[in-house]
Amino acid sequence: MSDTTDTGPVLAADGTPLKRSLNRALRAQKMRALMLIAPLLIFVLVTFIAPILDMLFRSVENQIVSNTLPYTVEQLADWDPETGEAPGDAVFAALYKDMFIAAETKRHTRLGTRLNYEQVGLSSMFRGSGRQIDDFGKDQIKALEKLDNSWKDAAFWYALMTGGEGAEGHTALLNAQRVRMATVTGDDYDGDIGFVPGRAIAALLPETAQAYTAFALFTAVEDEDVVAEEKPWEAVKVALIRDLQAGADVAGYDGPGAAELRAAQELAAELPALDFRQAFTASDKGWSDPETWRTIQIYSPDLTSGYFLNAVDLKQSADGIEPRPENERIYIKLFKRTLFMSLVICGACIVLAYPVSYLLATLPMRTANLLMILVLLPFWTSLLVRTSAWKVMLQQQGVINDVLVWLGLVNDAGRLVMINNQFGTIVAMTHILLPFMILPMYSVMSTIPPAYVRAAKSLGATNWTAFWRVYFPQSVPGIGAGSILVFILSIGYYITPELVGGTTGTFISNRIAYHISSSLNWGLAAALGTILLAAVLILYWAYDKIVGIDNVKLG
Amino acid sequence: MSESQSGDAFVAFERVQKSYDGENLVVKDLNLSMPKGEFLTMLGPSGSGKTTCLMMLAGFETATHGKILLDGVSINNIPPHKRGIGMVFQNYALFPHMTVAENLSFPLEVRKIGKSQREEKVRRALDMVQMGEFGGRRPAQLSGGQQQRIALARALVFEPELVLMDEPLGALDKQLREHMQFEITKLAHDLGITTVYVTHDQTEALTMSDRVAVFNDGRIQQLAPPDELYESPQNSFVAQFIGENNTLEGTVKEIRNGVALVELDDGEVIDAKPVNVSQPGERTTISIRPERVEVDLSRLSENAHTLNAEVAEFIYMGDVFRTRLKVAGRDDFIVKTRNSADQQRLKPGTQIKIGWQPEDCRALEAV
Repeated sequence: MSDTTDTGPVLAADGTPLKRSLNRALRAQKMRALMLIAPLLIFVLVTFIAPILDMLFRSVENQIVSNTLPYTVEQLADWDPETGEAPGDAVFAALYKDMFIAAETKRHTRLGTRLNYEQVGLSSMFRGSGRQIDDFGKDQIKALEKLDNSWKDAAFWYALMTGGEGAEGHTALLNAQRVRMATVTGDDYDGDIGFVPGRAIAALLPETAQAYTAFALFTAVEDEDVVAEEKPWEAVKVALIRDLQAGADVAGYDGPGAAELRAAQELAAELPALDFRQAFTASDKGWSDPETWRTIQIYSPDLTSGYFLNAVDLKQSADGIEPRPENERIYIKLFKRTLFMSLVICGACIVLAYPVSYLLATLPMRTANLLMILVLLPFWTSLLVRTSAWKVMLQQQGVINDVLVWLGLVNDAGRLVMINNQFGTIVAMTHILLPFMILPMYSVMSTIPPAYVRAAKSLGATNWTAFWRVYFPQSVPGIGAGSILVFILSIGYYITPELVGGTTGTFISNRIAYHISSSLNWGLAAALGTILLAAVLILYWAYDKIVGIDNVKLG
Repeated sequence: MSESQSGDAFVAFERVQKSYDGENLVVKDLNLSMPKGEFLTMLGPSGSGKTTCLMMLAGFETATHGKILLDGVSINNIPPHKRGIGMVFQNYALFPHMTVAENLSFPLEVRKIGKSQREEKVRRALDMVQMGEFGGRRPAQLSGGQQQRIALARALVFEPELVLMDEPLGALDKQLREHMQFEITKLAHDLGITTVYVTHDQTEALTMSDRVAVFNDGRIQQLAPPDELYESPQNSFVAQFIGENNTLEGTVKEIRNGVALVELDDGEVIDAKPVNVSQPGERTTISIRPERVEVDLSRLSENAHTLNAEVAEFIYMGDVFRTRLKVAGRDDFIVKTRNSADQQRLKPGTQIKIGWQPEDCRALEAV
């Protein structure tokens, strides 16, 4: 008794606590085990888990809007969609800056495609405006160049923007533009580009310096040209005119091109102000629609629920979340169909597999082995071949219809439609997934000793009672294991529904594949995939709660 | 064993044969009858047909030929669940997905017995095997001995008149087995149930049974009460199979006054009781139990024949001494002597003389 009342920790022979001693002894073992699984673990992490996580992240990722239109998103934050009017001039000016770079780097079409998922028509809008953006402020640029030929001269521009030999450089501005260009394009903008904007000129003409720096970066990095030899973008000239019109104090400036700047400012004062709203609306009247701006505003955050809403036939609108129009609802129906068909397939597999498994488990070894080979035979045949075989069997000119017509059960005009619909998918998939039901059932049934049924009979149970009260309950873990296997496999099945499903027998996975490979809407595909994964996990959890996962035996 | 007995027998096998493959008979011409209330053990080596007989009686195997009668009625064509025979299986076969109480109430449920009556019977059956508190447990939560009791209770709960037990104690350790042997026999006698018990353990058979049927090669070799079986084996197989036994080979010289004079193969002559021999000149195997061999010749009658022997080994076993002797050219002749105060301990290498009362030594057929 005195031993048990001792409250201190148990000590090992050398005086260290026994627990620590034991842990130390086990650590080497654990490390060895870890080393053994390390190759597989790393392989799975790199090639399987990481891509899946990345893919799942795409379902909420939405950086493309804020990356491509950073200034617009910033300006648009203050806009109130409730006014029912397009936003003000500042937003359009910011849009010009963003769109010009986006058009030069060809990123505007991608953004258009992305926003087109949310509002049809935006894709062509972005495409059209991107094409015409070089013409914005054409008259003003012409007037400037007419005033002085040096505004057409690449070297002059270069000298103007660097602020001449030995001028103090504005590296902060350069670096900021590096980050902006890198964000828009996703490319690397590091390294020397042979240009640094002058601090003095940058203070005098901020917009121009910004635009020219972006141009310089693009020229040096993407085109791999010398900045000093290339004529700047229209956007740079537009920015200059805006800077001058905004009242830049060029009178006191004495750097290179100071005289030309003073002349240009006089001219600019006479030119009409640039109207970006008018220019954008002229390129596509969609820009005057507040709905367009609303869409851009809704999808400007880095994360979005838009893909998930879309995946359950909802959309974000001015009045909050609302169902999509009747003719655009498809995913809920597909999810329901996928679940329903998987359940039917699972049920059919149970009904067909149970007697076979029972036979396998009770027949003498030799016969059982033969039967087992027949069960496994489909496993040794290509999935495509089996699916195609069902096409041959089930089609209207196929074997089954021919036999039915020959027997006179069906007349030639009334051949049954058994393929390219739900029926075809269910038949083919039941056949393909049957072994996954038989094998776990068989392995569980073969562990049930025949003595149980005998005992039941000796106790007075009829054959049926002995089966139902004694054998069946013990075979339930096998049914459970098979069902989970078949259900989870079928819920994500792709190839067979694709081949024999037609339009009414396709699964959600076919839609996911469509968005991955055809429509390239990966975000939506990821959202659908995430929902599917969540559904499977929830079902698995529910199964565990109701039946208990401990009851699932594979042998 | 005679046919006339089967008229008033409770269980009877009449000329029963069984073959699984159509070529070999597993059970050859079995005749057996049991009165009500008897505890009969089928004993034999594996493959001797004893389990097959039990399965035929339970209804899980059909007899290829012959009749099996229960209470005078042929049950050949009655399915197992209508025979009303209780059965205890080798590994108990308790239903793992049911609790102990559910296991016990199962035979009552299928007999459509009302709930309150069912509970009463289950309770009584559990009390009978002293497992009253275990009704809510699953079989997997019980020890082997407890499972054994539950299996027994389940076989008895629907009050069958005949209970079959197929090596029910095989999975238990020695001490528990001896305890359960006692309990089973007591229960069977208290309840007056007719019991057919299958085992390959001869101690079990001898201690538990009213009568033992020794099976070999598909036949009953001898059917007798345990003492008769041990002391008067009818043939060499039974003599060898039951208990420890010394055998010597020889030829019958003459039979006189119920005593056979047997000349052993090395020329020595010894007395024996003729059992399976009838005339001089026949080859015979004589059989003598180790504890009936006398090393103290003063206890034998004056003109009794004796044999020369050399002590090969002396083993001290506590209550008895076990001495291995070289006799008549064989070195596996065992003598068991009681560890009493006057008993001498023989040293290896000593030359001694041994003998026995003629009635203790049985001259059986040669093997």
